[in-house]
Amino acid sequence: MVRPLGFLVGLGFITALVLAILTTPLSNEENVAHSFHEHPKHLKLASDGLLPHWDKQQLQRGMQVYKEVCSACHGLHLVAFRDIEALGYTPGQVKTFAKGFQVPSINPDTGEPATRDGLPSDYFPSPYANETAARAANNNALPPDLSLITKAREGGKDYVYSLLTGFQNPPANLPAELKPGTGLHYNPYFANLNLAMAPPLAPNQVTYADGTKATVDQMSKDVTAFLVWTAEPKLVKRVQVGWAVVIFLSIFSILAYLSYRNIWADKKH
Amino acid sequence: MSFPWAKNYEPQLPLMKWLDEKLPLPRLVYNAVGAGYPVPRNLNYFWNFGVLAGAALAIQIITGIVLAMHYAANAGVAFNSVEHIMRDVNAGWFIRYAHMNGASMFFIVVYLHIFRGLFYGSYKAPREMVWLLGVVIFLLMMATAFMGYVLPWGQMSFWGAQVITGFFSAIPLVGEPVREWLLGGFVPDNATLNRFFSLHYLLPFVIAGVIILHIWALHIPGSSNPTGIEVKDEQDTVPFHPYYTAKDGFGLGIFLIIFALLTFFSPNTLGHADNYIPANSLSTPAHIVPEWYFLPFYAILKAFTFNFLWIDAKLWGVIAMFASIAVLFFLPWLDSSPVKSSTYRPLYRIFFWILVVDVLLLGYCGMQPAEQPYVILSQLGAIYYFAHFLVILPIVSRIERPLPMPNSITEAVLAKHADKTSDATA
Repeated sequence: MVRPLGFLVGLGFITALVLAILTTPLSNEENVAHSFHEHPKHLKLASDGLLPHWDKQQLQRGMQVYKEVCSACHGLHLVAFRDIEALGYTPGQVKTFAKGFQVPSINPDTGEPATRDGLPSDYFPSPYANETAARAANNNALPPDLSLITKAREGGKDYVYSLLTGFQNPPANLPAELKPGTGLHYNPYFANLNLAMAPPLAPNQVTYADGTKATVDQMSKDVTAFLVWTAEPKLVKRVQVGWAVVIFLSIFSILAYLSYRNIWADKKH
Repeated sequence: MSFPWAKNYEPQLPLMKWLDEKLPLPRLVYNAVGAGYPVPRNLNYFWNFGVLAGAALAIQIITGIVLAMHYAANAGVAFNSVEHIMRDVNAGWFIRYAHMNGASMFFIVVYLHIFRGLFYGSYKAPREMVWLLGVVIFLLMMATAFMGYVLPWGQMSFWGAQVITGFFSAIPLVGEPVREWLLGGFVPDNATLNRFFSLHYLLPFVIAGVIILHIWALHIPGSSNPTGIEVKDEQDTVPFHPYYTAKDGFGLGIFLIIFALLTFFSPNTLGHADNYIPANSLSTPAHIVPEWYFLPFYAILKAFTFNFLWIDAKLWGVIAMFASIAVLFFLPWLDSSPVKSSTYRPLYRIFFWILVVDVLLLGYCGMQPAEQPYVILSQLGAIYYFAHFLVILPIVSRIERPLPMPNSITEAVLAKHADKTSDATA
């Protein structure tokens, strides 16, 4: 019974699929935008690879770029001020840094909304009160929170770095419907080529304390390195623990293999 | 049941003797996975994957219980509570990445376990019940994994839930009400997240229960082996302990090394970037794709693009996707050949390898956008999938002439070693 019935069911599926093949056009609609896309440029960072470490100097520079440029529009709501001790700041410096921010609070006497100085336990405050305010200030575009941005985009850090350095004039052969409209900016690394964010970085926009020359490329690298850290502060620790675990398990496996051979020594199999 | 020559549990310590009289739990373990279970002596490394699947389930349950201590199943805070685990909980990043990649490892070993079953005909009499329970476990795993993927409440979580529960809306008349009932709303929301969390915590224990039945059913006829010839006498077998506990110990080491490489060095490779964006019902991701282990079935779902016989293409896809797993339930009766191992089945072996390539092809097509040539490749792949089980296999098992087989497991083992010695002397 199973076989004849199965045969009929099989023929039913196969017929439906053959008809589907015959009725599906073999050519794709051409995606014009796709031919203008560029593949993200590779960015090499100290936190890459099998022996990663944090380049604290670079992370500090990157945080400066975030604070002085990006934070005008983008939040970092998963990062607390206390976390930046990992970038090489002392607890005292963290306290002072936090104090430089005003965070939402309530007036202890009246209960009215108010602000107070930031504490190390506070998180980076959002630049806007809510999504509506953010859209109203940005031509209806919503600047994404940057905490996880290097993990939340295909291409990761390479994409973020490429996007920051990728603003350019639209190519002459760009079709009219793909040309940037009002308030939009051409960037071949962005999915639909036109981005609401204006080119955020200009040469010497920040002044680095360590004397590094603040080119657009340098600032883009630094802020991307910082955002790799914000996306996964435990990245370096993770790989270090990984080595210990893999070495331990390798020794375990060798011993397990030898005992397996030993136990089976007298048994043909 | 066991073979007459199976060793008997004889407790030595007074405490164990006392325990054996009151509650013979050590005896149960001894007979199930100890020296009291005789196993064919010729099992190859493909027989490691059952134990490894059990280990993967144990890892998932342990890491999952710890995650549940820190996770909050509320649509408002779920995403941030996962990031809290990643950033603030002691070793939380490890527990979470281990759980996330543990799901993939579980599916890898289970797929290899199924591969073993298909290649060596483990689903055939007298082990049909073992196979049927295995398919039940596989279905439960898929449900558990799907609901687990919804819990971080990222974009792929949300849209995955939207798409998968959308399957039910393809059912005529009652589809839409059924879907709303399952979701507890019109779109995935807090009610959905809460019930998925509850079920995601429940189902692994159901899986554990069915695994006990799976092992119980296996112990009636005893384990199969690469020749497919049933055990005849004592020299065909070795006690499970220490022979296979030692071999499984080594297998477990290799499994854990691969698991560790994935978890510590490349934890997000098998995931999707969009799931690090919080769920947003107003913004649809460009490509909604499920986790890798669902991709072949997803490709079958998408392959049906034609309204055939008054049945909507979407409903065809949903029926076919469920049928692609349901067909496995009938496998022991679709394949009527008495020969189990593909080693002695020259014709079946060819179609078996085509099936393996076909499933890999479907998996590849499943992650591609709905564009040519991927659409036609999934359609061809789906045709072969159903043709293999429902048309080719019944015919092949009828017309195939098996190769000559050894008389016993021991004969096969000794012949193999005789070959080796003659090779060495030649």
